[in-house]
Amino acid sequence: MTKQPFRIPGAGRLTPAKTARFTFDGKHFSGLAGDTLASALLANGVHLTGRSFKYHRPRGILSAGAEEPNALVTIERDSARKTPNVRATVQDLYDGLVASSQNRWPSLSFDVGAVNNIASPMFSAGFYYKTFMWPKSAWAKLYEPKIRAAAGLGVSPDQPDPDHYGSRYAHCEVLVIGGGVAGLAAALAAAESGVRVILADEQSEFGGALRYESGARIDGQSGWDWAQATAARLAAMPNVRLLPRTTAFGYYAQNFVGLVERVTEHLARPDKSLPRERLWQVRAGRVVIAAGAIERHMVFADNDRPGIMLASAARSYLNHHGVAVGRNVGVYTANDSAYHAAIDLKKAGVAIAAIVDLRDNPSGPVVEEARSLGIEVNHGRAVVKVGGTLRVSSMTIEAKGGGARRTVPVDALLMSAGWTPSVHMFSQSRGKVAFDEASHRFLPGTYAQDCISVGACNGTDGLEATLAEGFEAGKEAARAANGVNTKSPPPLTPPRKGEGGTSVSDPPSPLRGGVRDGGIAGRSPSVDSSESWSGGMLGSGPGAGAETTVKAFVDFQNDVTAKDIRQAVREGMRSIEHVKRFTTNGMATDQGKTSNMHGLAIAAETLGKPIPAVGLTTFRAPYTPVTFGSIVGHASGPLFDPTRRTPIHPWSERQGAVFEDVGQWKRAWYYPRAGEDMHAAVNRECVTVRKSAGLFDASTLGKIEVVGPDAAKFMELLYTNPWEKLDPGRCRYGIMLREDGFIYDDGVVGRLASDRFHVTTTTGGAARVMNMMEDYLQTEFPHLNVWLTSISEQWAVIAVQGPNSRKIIEPLIEGIDISDDAFPHMSVREGKICGVPTRLFRMSFTGDRGFEVNVPADYGEAVWEALWEEGRKHGACAYGTEAMHVLRAEKGYIIVGQDTDGTVTPADASVDWAIGKKKKDFVGIRGLQRPDLVASGRKQLVGLKTKDAKLVLEEGAQIVADPKQAIPMKMIGHVTSSYWSENCGRSIALALVVDGKSRMGETIYIPMPDRTIEAEITGMVFYDPKGDRLNG
Amino acid sequence: MLLIRCPYCEEERPELEFRHAGEAHVVRSGELASISDEDFEKFFFIRSNPKGVVFERWRHIHGCARFFNAARSTITDRFYLTYKAGEPKPEVDFSAIDTGPAAWANREPAEPNVAAGAEPGKSD
Repeated sequence: MTKQPFRIPGAGRLTPAKTARFTFDGKHFSGLAGDTLASALLANGVHLTGRSFKYHRPRGILSAGAEEPNALVTIERDSARKTPNVRATVQDLYDGLVASSQNRWPSLSFDVGAVNNIASPMFSAGFYYKTFMWPKSAWAKLYEPKIRAAAGLGVSPDQPDPDHYGSRYAHCEVLVIGGGVAGLAAALAAAESGVRVILADEQSEFGGALRYESGARIDGQSGWDWAQATAARLAAMPNVRLLPRTTAFGYYAQNFVGLVERVTEHLARPDKSLPRERLWQVRAGRVVIAAGAIERHMVFADNDRPGIMLASAARSYLNHHGVAVGRNVGVYTANDSAYHAAIDLKKAGVAIAAIVDLRDNPSGPVVEEARSLGIEVNHGRAVVKVGGTLRVSSMTIEAKGGGARRTVPVDALLMSAGWTPSVHMFSQSRGKVAFDEASHRFLPGTYAQDCISVGACNGTDGLEATLAEGFEAGKEAARAANGVNTKSPPPLTPPRKGEGGTSVSDPPSPLRGGVRDGGIAGRSPSVDSSESWSGGMLGSGPGAGAETTVKAFVDFQNDVTAKDIRQAVREGMRSIEHVKRFTTNGMATDQGKTSNMHGLAIAAETLGKPIPAVGLTTFRAPYTPVTFGSIVGHASGPLFDPTRRTPIHPWSERQGAVFEDVGQWKRAWYYPRAGEDMHAAVNRECVTVRKSAGLFDASTLGKIEVVGPDAAKFMELLYTNPWEKLDPGRCRYGIMLREDGFIYDDGVVGRLASDRFHVTTTTGGAARVMNMMEDYLQTEFPHLNVWLTSISEQWAVIAVQGPNSRKIIEPLIEGIDISDDAFPHMSVREGKICGVPTRLFRMSFTGDRGFEVNVPADYGEAVWEALWEEGRKHGACAYGTEAMHVLRAEKGYIIVGQDTDGTVTPADASVDWAIGKKKKDFVGIRGLQRPDLVASGRKQLVGLKTKDAKLVLEEGAQIVADPKQAIPMKMIGHVTSSYWSENCGRSIALALVVDGKSRMGETIYIPMPDRTIEAEITGMVFYDPKGDRLNG
Repeated sequence: MLLIRCPYCEEERPELEFRHAGEAHVVRSGELASISDEDFEKFFFIRSNPKGVVFERWRHIHGCARFFNAARSTITDRFYLTYKAGEPKPEVDFSAIDTGPAAWANREPAEPNVAAGAEPGKSD
């Protein structure tokens, strides 16, 4: 075991035998189980842990909790698991932990970037805003990358995150945020009434400040023992869920609170089945906020030197971890709480160089006790200077009003300017804080949600008052919940395997804490002794005032000094929100935990206004940084978005099809044979369909069944076409508009019976068409007796197209006469194919004779196989979406969403023949009459033939009438579809062109980067213009 | 995440189950084909966009799939009430109920988004 020179034998609660090895910047150290990385480093005498954000100043451990702004390190488990910006103060130590410091090069003790510190007059508030303004283009290329490389915190991992993250929803009557004395008392009182309680605390053990508050005694035990016994009792109750290592990071509407639980971050060898972190989304009846308070630092020259830290942190390291933060420790304070730290350290055998108290006449038991222990107490004095760079070496004391200075050697300096109630969650709940003049604190004022703040975050001082307030709040919350819910509450989400959990029938066990004394139900625990930490000061201390140029840090993480804040005010920032943004004080992950109040006080002083008149900045979620992983949860990789596959997908896969993504669908794009590239395969497929036949998987088509006595009336209203007179057994190409008159969707609709329509939609439009139909049916035409059913996934669709298509299906069809006379183009029949039910359509999206075979999805693949066997006898092929696109373009059939874009009317697309001219109403009927929709100059869909038949235009390419005009040219349209057509032996294209239909034969130009392409405007039909092949 | 009461399911469900569907009580004329350009403009393009109470349509798309109407404050996001499609626009003095500073203002849990005219407490 490596020696841990600053571990005090007999102090703290850790077991000396349970050691854990770790490395920091490659150097090997040893700590104890139960340490944080910070306490383990301190046990080894390491204070220097990082370099600051902007000035690269050496920084040490400031705190012992989530407020840590300085000790940000990278934890590396393996090459893919590198977590930057981990606060060493909240990272539990595990055996084999590998940590490294950040923002330094080449080493932590010698950092080249520290030149920023010498050049710091350049880097004052607003420096980036003012300096890098011009030229604008340099931002992207030069300024931003350079600044980001030099500043910033840590380095992002460069590999995909191999961990997985859990996500749970939870409901409870009472959510308690914070497991210190107030939170434990509240949870206990609420839980005893039987309501569901969730208690979350960011630390690994419950107890909060009892961790170090050595003067606390409750129910005859030490405060810490009481906390552990209470937590164990709560853990044994079936209606309670305890969540240690869980931070409430965001408070949202209607008592919806986000918690993040760190499940494996503290484990040396995490079980791979466990998520790294788990997001809890909790909806609570009432929230009890027991978030505690955060100690403030003192603002004086060079107050950021490693070894200078919060007094309560030093106390926590001593009383919990058994670690002394130094051997000769100075104390600089403006309130009583730092005295407790000095007394505890002194009793543990650590020399206290001196207490420097800014107050003129501090008095009371702690001051007396400090004196009686022989500690030098200087009152009315300040620390105005410190020695040492990589570690504090001395403090210089001066009377507040100036005078003689005295320098005292120290190896650590503890400071306390008082305690800031942690109103973050209250503020996030949209509650309004109020300034308490007497104590100079912002406290919860007007509540916006059903929550209650208790304990230190509510400004309550003293253990007795805190405990009583917590207990009362818990009782009241449970009572309120019971008022609503007189039945016994539903159980909490049952614990999963490995998560522990107990049932009501389990006998009380000391292991689960069920039999510990102090458990008289309904009785508030009683406080035997306590400490008081009220008082303190805000703003900069002596020697760091307005007349000085020293670096007295307000916000360590963002490198903001008192001077920066004054400068911001001098440069015209009046609102505290502007001061914040100009200086970055309290921004980003820090959220002003230690800095806000000092920054505000200095701004108020400079503005000459009282603090409440300047106001507090808004606290934002998250309270502490939350990983993207925990927000994303399981929704990553293949689970990010569902993948939809058709019933015929496996067959296509076996055939070696190449797939394309169409929305969530995987569609067979083309079926290459050996040696074929895409071009060759598509050409072959297109030619084969027209020569013999092809099979196409059209299962992704949207399908909606419109049924009911008023089905035809409904169709009349939703589609432009007339439907009343369509005979059962016949089909029609339908156009659906929006109310503004533009094309929304299209598709073939078959009338199966007088009261039943089988509607098809575009693949991408299925859901929104269904939504629009439902909308009109429910809200505009509720008098119609119609119901709508999405049947997209119930029917597999196999298109059999080409001159041999009838021969292919004929042997397999039962009960349908498919002769041309009995079953002409645009017909639909119900019958059987291969012995299974089919809705057989005679229709074509190729212009050749064609059928679409609908079969129940489960039979899709089998029927396809049967059709494929028949097809092979006739030399048919399978064709994919690319050939489908080419074939339909050869016929000028539009694709909604490709050839239309939401500004195209039926007339623009030359499908206005599908509008029922005698109809009195349909969706879009009035929109079509709008002046702009009937005016000339509209873009109309036309065909394009390039002068060079071999040239295939690019889809989306812009069209001009005169290529010689000056840039910017006047664009008169664009190419919407463009393909090589092997059947036509040339390239073909569709385009939207201004007044296109009256420009037939005109030459237009498509300017491209390397040349300008000439093309002729033609009709949209390139192949079989007479349409004979439909029956060919 | 807001809780929205579906007047068909008769319970509060999380916002994720719903989809907003634009302003409510925009009447589609039975004689739409013959209305003037001005009337069509009002019907199709003009929306109230108030600061305060807005009447809007929602769809419980991941629930019962029904469209319904809601009165919501655009300042606080608070849902005052929800009611079924086709029911008349409720005449309620919302300034009288708007006692809290936010959507989720302190309120008795038994009175969430009480439907217009419904008996208090029956919504549970």
